[in-house]
Amino acid sequence: MSPDTDAPPEVEAADDAPRDEAREALRDRFAAELGDAVVDSHIAVGSTLWVRVTAEAWRTAGQVARDHLGCRWFDFISGVDWLPSPWGRYENDGFDQPAEPDTEITSSDPTRHPDGAGSAGPVFETGVAGGEARFQLLARVVNLAEHTDIILKADVGDDMTMPSWVPLYDGADWHERETWEMFGITFEGHPGLRHIYLPADFEGHPLRKDFPLIARMVKPWPGIVDVEPMPAEDEPAEDEPAADEGDAEGGEA
Amino acid sequence: MTAVSDREQLRYIAAQAADARINFEIETEGMTINLGPQHPATHGTLRIVAKLDAEQVITAEPVAGYMHRGYEKICEARTYPQINTLVNRIDWLGSFANEVPFILASERLMDVEAPPRAQWIRTAMFEMSRIANLVLFAGDTALQIGGQTAAFYGFRDREFVLNQIEAVSGGRFHPNFDRIGGLKDDLPKGWIAETKTAMEKVRAFCDEIDDLVTGNEIFQARTRGVGIIPADVAQSYGLSGANLRGSGVDWDLRRDSHSGLVHRELDWKVHTHPDGDCFSRWWVRIQEIREATRMVDQCLDGLPSGPIMAKVPRIIKVPAGEAYVETENPLGAMGYYVVSKGDLGPFRLKIRSASFNNISVLPWVLRGVYVPDIVSILASLYFILGDIDR
Repeated sequence: MSPDTDAPPEVEAADDAPRDEAREALRDRFAAELGDAVVDSHIAVGSTLWVRVTAEAWRTAGQVARDHLGCRWFDFISGVDWLPSPWGRYENDGFDQPAEPDTEITSSDPTRHPDGAGSAGPVFETGVAGGEARFQLLARVVNLAEHTDIILKADVGDDMTMPSWVPLYDGADWHERETWEMFGITFEGHPGLRHIYLPADFEGHPLRKDFPLIARMVKPWPGIVDVEPMPAEDEPAEDEPAADEGDAEGGEA
Repeated sequence: MTAVSDREQLRYIAAQAADARINFEIETEGMTINLGPQHPATHGTLRIVAKLDAEQVITAEPVAGYMHRGYEKICEARTYPQINTLVNRIDWLGSFANEVPFILASERLMDVEAPPRAQWIRTAMFEMSRIANLVLFAGDTALQIGGQTAAFYGFRDREFVLNQIEAVSGGRFHPNFDRIGGLKDDLPKGWIAETKTAMEKVRAFCDEIDDLVTGNEIFQARTRGVGIIPADVAQSYGLSGANLRGSGVDWDLRRDSHSGLVHRELDWKVHTHPDGDCFSRWWVRIQEIREATRMVDQCLDGLPSGPIMAKVPRIIKVPAGEAYVETENPLGAMGYYVVSKGDLGPFRLKIRSASFNNISVLPWVLRGVYVPDIVSILASLYFILGDIDR
């Protein structure tokens, strides 16, 4: 799978890359209904179609998917926080990292943030079909009769408010409650945003990247005591800890 | 609030209320009852707060979260092989099936395909976990409706399948047998013949259950016409699996998607039932056990030879990208949305579990039913708490 965002159709047609005509047609139908509200799209040939719409058009996009594309089966709504974790990636990273999360990062340009994984290559920080905000909403609906499905994405603006899908899909109720409690995204028009998993007095939004995994911060990952450094390794280089852990894991597997 | 059919809902309530007209004539005081958090009908700890008017439910609100384990957060700090172990615990009655969509999504991102033999064994074990899960459903549902005998049969007969899963993987409940690129081990000697015997026994169990429960007059009275979910409501709530097919929607991901399992090469049938009531959901599941035993037999007959593991690096790093794979698990459609940034573990893992959607319909379907029917409806919607709370 190509990691970069989707090329415009005319460029894609020029080379011999495999095409997915059914999904392209679906995307075009969708774009014809929504017009400018479609920001970007991406097709993984033979499997998935992503369409990114503007935040304002979030409900309209759901409406179009339901009424014009016949996607009446509701799958899920969730979110993604594209902020690279300020606490470090791995089990035992928490101790070496600064306790203060890097609050400099704003939702305006997450791609500028130095991140080990993607900084060298093409811009991937916000995933397929692109993105300009830290938080993205994600939803999938399916047309059971025609066997077509679509994954919708939308950037969440700084006010962290999105239109609710509850008037369109009944199942969105619980999913939006979950997304609200996990990411702090408010849904306008939702009949009752309450906690669904967490206690009613819980503070914070656990799936945000700057919310620490506290269990790992107070107690080191028990697996790491088994890992002895190789005798030759005196000063591990920058990337070594990751490789070390992979070794330990590989041994178990 | 409901988008689809308030009108139908009201008609349904009116029909239910017609023979309980006394509630309207005598002003009875409302009452709130708690079903759960610890109730045998909840498969764990689900609480249902029901406001009653005499024997009828006015509103019912399921309260989840007593067992929320935060998998989506933990998985952001785990490597791919570690996550495989974790997700085993989501639907603990059909554990192997939990691993499969996650592994398939990771394989899609890595552009790895498991060798044919691994795919066939995977499909066989996928269906075996369905059998282990649904056999217990058969026993448990009968128990909740008042037939104790079937419960013991259910617990007894799922052992035939669990023993086979244990024989191949070492774990009765949590096989942790699937790997990115294939399987952990090949099948042990003599396993195929033993499994076929087990499938015979499971088919005998289905016949037994049909004799004992399905045709039972009391069982039918408790389930027929109770908890009707029309097809458009089922779709709008995202119901899946037998709950969707029990509402007459002909949709089965094993047949209708290209996920990487070999179901499409087997000879089997998708069963649907038009009624949408508790009985239809029960009936569809019993048929699915039968179909699953046939599929296991066919998988074992058609098992190709060859390796069981593709060439994958020892340390698994999944290339950057996003993938969503959904499979038809015992409880319904289960999917994993994997966001990778090229690390040892996913950047974000969204777990779409079937029971979460399946029981989100409860406030709708419980409006207007009688208290004993709550249990019938809960049993027939069939959820596992681990699959709701993740």
